[in-house]
Amino acid sequence: MSLEYLLPLLMLFGINTILSSSLNVINGYCGLFSMGHAGFFAIGAYASAIVTRDLIPAMALSSPTTALVLACVIAMLVTGLVGYLVGFPCLRLAGDYLAIATVGFGEIIRIVIMNTDFLGAQTGIPAIPGITKLWHVAAAVALTLWLINNLMRSSFGRAILSVREDEIAAQAMGINVRFYKTFSFVVGALFAGLAGALFAHMAQFISPNNFTFIISAQILLMIVIGGLGSQLGAVLGAFLVTFLPEALRFNQTLSENRMLFFSLMMIVMMLWQPKGMIGIFSRFLDRKEAPKS
Amino acid sequence: MENFYFSEFVQYILNGIAQGAIYALIALGYTMVYGILKLINFAHGEFYMVGAFLGVFFITHFPPYLAIPLAMMTAGLLAVIVERVAYRPLRGSGRIAPLITALGVSIFLLELTRVIAGPGARSFPQFFDNPTYNLFEVTGSKFAWLDGVVLRKSQLVIFISSLVVMSTLWYIVMKTKMGRAMRALSMDFDASKLMGVNINAVIAFTFFLGAALAAIAGILVGMNFNNVEPYMGQLAGLKAFTAAVLGGIGVIPGAALGGLVLGVCENLVTGYLPSSYRDAIAFGVLILVLMVRPWGILGKPERVKV
Repeated sequence: MSLEYLLPLLMLFGINTILSSSLNVINGYCGLFSMGHAGFFAIGAYASAIVTRDLIPAMALSSPTTALVLACVIAMLVTGLVGYLVGFPCLRLAGDYLAIATVGFGEIIRIVIMNTDFLGAQTGIPAIPGITKLWHVAAAVALTLWLINNLMRSSFGRAILSVREDEIAAQAMGINVRFYKTFSFVVGALFAGLAGALFAHMAQFISPNNFTFIISAQILLMIVIGGLGSQLGAVLGAFLVTFLPEALRFNQTLSENRMLFFSLMMIVMMLWQPKGMIGIFSRFLDRKEAPKS
Repeated sequence: MENFYFSEFVQYILNGIAQGAIYALIALGYTMVYGILKLINFAHGEFYMVGAFLGVFFITHFPPYLAIPLAMMTAGLLAVIVERVAYRPLRGSGRIAPLITALGVSIFLLELTRVIAGPGARSFPQFFDNPTYNLFEVTGSKFAWLDGVVLRKSQLVIFISSLVVMSTLWYIVMKTKMGRAMRALSMDFDASKLMGVNINAVIAFTFFLGAALAAIAGILVGMNFNNVEPYMGQLAGLKAFTAAVLGGIGVIPGAALGGLVLGVCENLVTGYLPSSYRDAIAFGVLILVLMVRPWGILGKPERVKV
């Protein structure tokens, strides 16, 4: 296995990890159900591509790392803002209605991009400088995981979890449910924006076809396979979704039809082990540690 | 000149009703399942797509009067199997878990069709010639404002068959024992269980009915546009869901009404505004309805109790 082959894969794994961890904040920790994550991913990618196309040349920055960091930060801010604008009205909706509304928003974002000439319309933005290096992605992953992990240990995180467990009880205990829902939605969107920025500067070409509904489904798949509401699960899910198709490469039929395989896995996982891979592991661990009753 | 514009308007309305009838047929399945199980059957759009492909398959092998019922029944049976395997084990475990399996089933059916039938579009076997009528000529010179309004025979077939199918559905739901059981379940699930309603049979029947309606919608669309492809179910499914929400999800006449309203809106907007935003309209309507009146036109607000 050559390095040229492994390097983009590792970067993709990192980007997928950021995506799955960010969706995990919304779907796993806060118990909301967002199915439009590709929309935020798209906004991050486009915002950063615009920054490096129109803003960076004007600033004459010498270091590509500085440029990338600037693009990432702006992408995150823009995505967070859009997340707030989408989340503010949407989060009044309960469970499954929210899911459909987010699907709608994801599609609207894509259709708007497809109709905006400034964003390259149907053809997309070509020739984005490929300045994302592996260590950039690694640093971003570490930062994301560290921030989300710390967030979940803080009082904010506890409040988010309480919203998931029982909204009405949380409200009765003085938790501002609406605020924490919007907050976790914005956090999720922010990091999806970061992933988008890294992706745009890795792929060097983005078009609306990179951000279809199937991508949202794939991100959801990662956290479902890994384990909803588990940080480790999100990483594991991203790992599987990134590398499993590569492992199936020995057989062309298998690798071409990986979504068939993944969707089956999603169904089986929900039926058999709703807590995902992490659930399977912890079941074995629990068996060892469980005191005899 | 004014007449010309008016005929254009009539034309958009007419196309919109044909389109809306299709949305309505699909939306009925969403709304029936939601009414009983409170489940958004995310895979429902795929039954429409599978139905269209089954239509292609059966029509090439059987005469149409046999092929269409066969396609509807096969799609219905598929839905019953899906319900048994993917939804029933999760009944009573919240609303999110079945939604995830429904998404899985949706992708699975899409990919399976892609593998079996190939990713490309297919033409639909034409079992009747499809002339275009000019309404002005048909009605004679009495209606001058109809000049230029055209109607395809396949659109006429859509109007008639969706009327027939919806009347049959109305009869089943309102007049038969099974229909009464369906209405009882959607009114109070637990009480109907206690009254001895065979819930599993009723739910299976509901899925069967919904998928059969979606399948005929798929066949009608295939006939009208002479085009069937594996990806046709996703967007149509989402739009039909919008129609169901618009009319009031869980309310059967609401689905029909929502479908028609959405179809007409879409055609009017694409007629008078840039058509590349066509698909955004449905989602815009969806989000607007969810914000302002989530229970839809004919529904009643649902209260959350502790």
